[in-house]
Amino acid sequence: MSPDRNSARPLPAFSRMLRLTRPSREDAIAFVILAGLGVLFFRAAQGAVAPLSTLRLEPVVLDPWFLPYYALRTTLRMFAALFASTVFTLVVATLAARSRHAGQLIVPALDILQSLPIFGFLTFTVTFFMGLFPGSVLGVECASIFTIFTSQAWNMAFSFYQSLRSIPSDLEEATMIYRLSPIRRFLKLDLPFGTPALVWNAMMSMSGGWFFVVASEAITVGNTSVTLPGIGSFLAQAIIKQDLGAVGEAVGVMALVILAYDQLFFRPIVAWADRFRFEMTASTERPRSWVFDMLRRTRLLPVVLAPLGAIGRMLLAFEPRVTRRRIVGERRTPAMVEWLWQAFVAVAVLVALFLTVRYVMRYLVWHEVLTAVVLGCYTMTRVLVLIVLASMIWVPIGVWIGLRPVWAERLQPVAQFLAAFPANVLFPFVVIAIVRWNLAPDLWLSPLMILGTQWYILFNVIAGASAIPTDLREAADMFHVRGWQWWRQVALPGIFPFYITGALTASGGSWNASVLSELVTWGDHKVVAHGLGSYIEEATIAGDYARVALGIGVMSLFVIGFNRFLWRPLYAYGERRMRLT
Amino acid sequence: MATVATDAKPLLVEVKGLKHFYTGEEHLVLDDVNLELTQGEIVGLLGRSGSGKSTLLRSIAGLIRPSKGIARLVPGPDVADPSVAMVFQTFALFPWLTVLENVELGLEAQKVPAAEARARAIAAIDLIGLDGFENAYPKELSGGMRQRVGLARALVVNPSLLLMDEPFSALDVLTAETLRTDLLDLWSEGRVPIKSILIVTHNIEEAVLMCDRILVFSSNPGRVVAEIKVDLPQPRDRLDPAFRALVDDIYARMTARTEMTAPMRDGVFPGTGIAMVLPRVSTNSIAGLIEEVDGTPFDGKASMSELADSLQLEADELFPMAETLQLLRFAELRGAELVLTPSARRYAQGDVDQRKALFAQALSQHVPLVQHIRRVLDERASHEAPARRFRDELEDYMSEDYADETLRTVTLWGRYAEVFAYDEDDDRFSLEDQH
Repeated sequence: MSPDRNSARPLPAFSRMLRLTRPSREDAIAFVILAGLGVLFFRAAQGAVAPLSTLRLEPVVLDPWFLPYYALRTTLRMFAALFASTVFTLVVATLAARSRHAGQLIVPALDILQSLPIFGFLTFTVTFFMGLFPGSVLGVECASIFTIFTSQAWNMAFSFYQSLRSIPSDLEEATMIYRLSPIRRFLKLDLPFGTPALVWNAMMSMSGGWFFVVASEAITVGNTSVTLPGIGSFLAQAIIKQDLGAVGEAVGVMALVILAYDQLFFRPIVAWADRFRFEMTASTERPRSWVFDMLRRTRLLPVVLAPLGAIGRMLLAFEPRVTRRRIVGERRTPAMVEWLWQAFVAVAVLVALFLTVRYVMRYLVWHEVLTAVVLGCYTMTRVLVLIVLASMIWVPIGVWIGLRPVWAERLQPVAQFLAAFPANVLFPFVVIAIVRWNLAPDLWLSPLMILGTQWYILFNVIAGASAIPTDLREAADMFHVRGWQWWRQVALPGIFPFYITGALTASGGSWNASVLSELVTWGDHKVVAHGLGSYIEEATIAGDYARVALGIGVMSLFVIGFNRFLWRPLYAYGERRMRLT
Repeated sequence: MATVATDAKPLLVEVKGLKHFYTGEEHLVLDDVNLELTQGEIVGLLGRSGSGKSTLLRSIAGLIRPSKGIARLVPGPDVADPSVAMVFQTFALFPWLTVLENVELGLEAQKVPAAEARARAIAAIDLIGLDGFENAYPKELSGGMRQRVGLARALVVNPSLLLMDEPFSALDVLTAETLRTDLLDLWSEGRVPIKSILIVTHNIEEAVLMCDRILVFSSNPGRVVAEIKVDLPQPRDRLDPAFRALVDDIYARMTARTEMTAPMRDGVFPGTGIAMVLPRVSTNSIAGLIEEVDGTPFDGKASMSELADSLQLEADELFPMAETLQLLRFAELRGAELVLTPSARRYAQGDVDQRKALFAQALSQHVPLVQHIRRVLDERASHEAPARRFRDELEDYMSEDYADETLRTVTLWGRYAEVFAYDEDDDRFSLEDQH
């Protein structure tokens, strides 16, 4: 090796930012954007730590000039929750994947938590967090953030866990052969490998998050009624005042906020995460983002990424010193430890069962349980009928779009945007219609459940239709396969696995949305549909913990049953018979 | 089976009485394997899939803890602390790291100072002929170049022992040949600090081309059935008669192993009766092989190595096909030669229906599982039976994967011969309806 080779190593990371070249136009733009974001962040954070009395001193007002500030507060809540979910995911999912014992508990827990009606929790969390930070807005903020957290964390953790489980064994062996410590292995293999799926899942979860942040800002639990400054409480105020104009303003600002967060935050991250896609061929279509391109052209990307690198280096500081000992296979747990663990799990299960049964026996009568189950059947009927209706509308449209690449490219992001848009912002319009024309709530409130989630069906069908191989379509054309035969033998089998994924997501979302959509108000008008969702909502407003818990429990069972007995078999069937690749 | 170590050279690897079971199953992967590896030699582990050679390699690497016995690296006078590095069949490169970062991986983990790591990695990349690609990502490289990165990553940590798990089998023929030659050049010129190389392969010619010693493994369970010293001088010539003779000899030994491990008459495949594990060999492959051996230039009798050449098959792929012919009494394996039986000659000349009839006859006579399924279907009034029933039955004798594969094979054969029908949706066998 020649001596000048040594000097070829790159400059230390920080000098790249200090390079004294003439600043470019992009530099200026990026700097201004970053500075602005910083100011906004502190402005919003100030409000979040104020004493609780400020909420009463400065109530939410229906002044459009305040809307940007409210939007900011709402957005900050979203990001706080996203941050918490990410940290939770990285810790819990990694633990579940690395430790068999932890996995034994965490994985089924995540699976169940994914199907819980998130909004039902609010009753408990508000009380808890207000107790944790007495007299400060922070407690209520935390409750709101926690609600969003519960809408994201479980499926993010689950997706990351699944990524970790699907790491190719040869890469795992390489990390063992070259003696990477657990921390280094996490940074070099686990984290990069799981990133693309995690980012995608976070984006999807955020969509659901908007729905809940809007709902969680104006909360009434029993005697406690809290209104946090935000778009959601602005909207709630508008509904109480029956101010249609203000509702429209809220909808407009919401749309702008979602557009901005998509363009400024998620698109760049998706574009960046593409480098971690595990594939050995250069992909033809890479996700693009103008913000990411701009950051890359400036010297700001290292600044943006520097904190990530710093965290990595900090973690590596905890790395144990190099062991010369050979790492041999997976160590087997001694039988004694194994036995103790299983015994511990068994005891924990028995104690939990005992506590639950005792609680249910004390506060609830069987009659009440029966009521909840019957109401659950109503809601289930709604979900089923709506999924079928939405499918009948969106499958043909999705296929039409998916088969036309130009349209697919244009409309796919639109469908994603619509999925992210919190449908509860639109509820008032429907309620007004119901009130004005005196429509039957049991029927006409139902569409609200699927208002926000039907888009999952649409964009999955679009994706599925664009994935039908051209040669199959050409073969169908050649043999003049048309009409119903074409749908039966070409289009429907082609989109089936995609459609199931979409319908599964839509159905899960609809169950969740039922808590908000079966009981809606417009001024003094209260419109209620019979169902498990309105049951939970009414119990929440009344502060009746036992009935809230019962409602959540029954709904969880319904959702889990739905997943196990309907979606999972369908999904397995699609994977087995209709996967085209 | 004991292996004799070359006397003068110090020992590097010692494997004693190694047995390995798959966890939770009685399936024996490796049975009583003994191996000694001395410094300065390239040793090949040759065997078919399921012979446990990769398991042995991973036991030596410390990736797997064997169920019984030991596999250890032996410290010697000049290697106080022996270490290993491994080259993978699938390269196992990190797609998000550049070539340079991939090579530095092991050094970083050993806490080699950054400057030194960088210098050593660049030196290794140069040595392996990849200068100029330091900042490329693996997906920008061809297969051969990726494996060079894998090799550089292994060499840069200065291992005493280099383990190679079918390192060239994912590459095309030309690229593989270039890489082999380059590695042998580096080795013979002493430009790499490794003391020994252990290479797993199922390619007989590759083993003869590279190794000083070849251990031939039987499969199910994996045992060392032969040890062959290769004394031919390097560089070796594939067309050298001595080379060809050695290749043929190994083919014969890999065939002969069946008589040693399974003394029963039927026994080309492990297990007897319905418990026989059948490999996934399609009826098209069977027909193709019969036609090839029946036609010119073989005229009913072909040496396995020539057959492998003319069909462009690896030994690993050819053996199950040849043995299937033997099971069906369409051919006989005599040493390294495959000789067709009269019924196979008739099969080759027959039209579709005659072929099906001959195949059906062979199945019913020589494949106990087919007889069994057919009998059950005949006995039942509905002439139907769930496939699950037979799969469960097979799982009493073999692992779940083998049971599944065996049943799939029999389903394929039975459907082709129209001995029975199978419906995938219901997972049921039935008698072909007679219309």
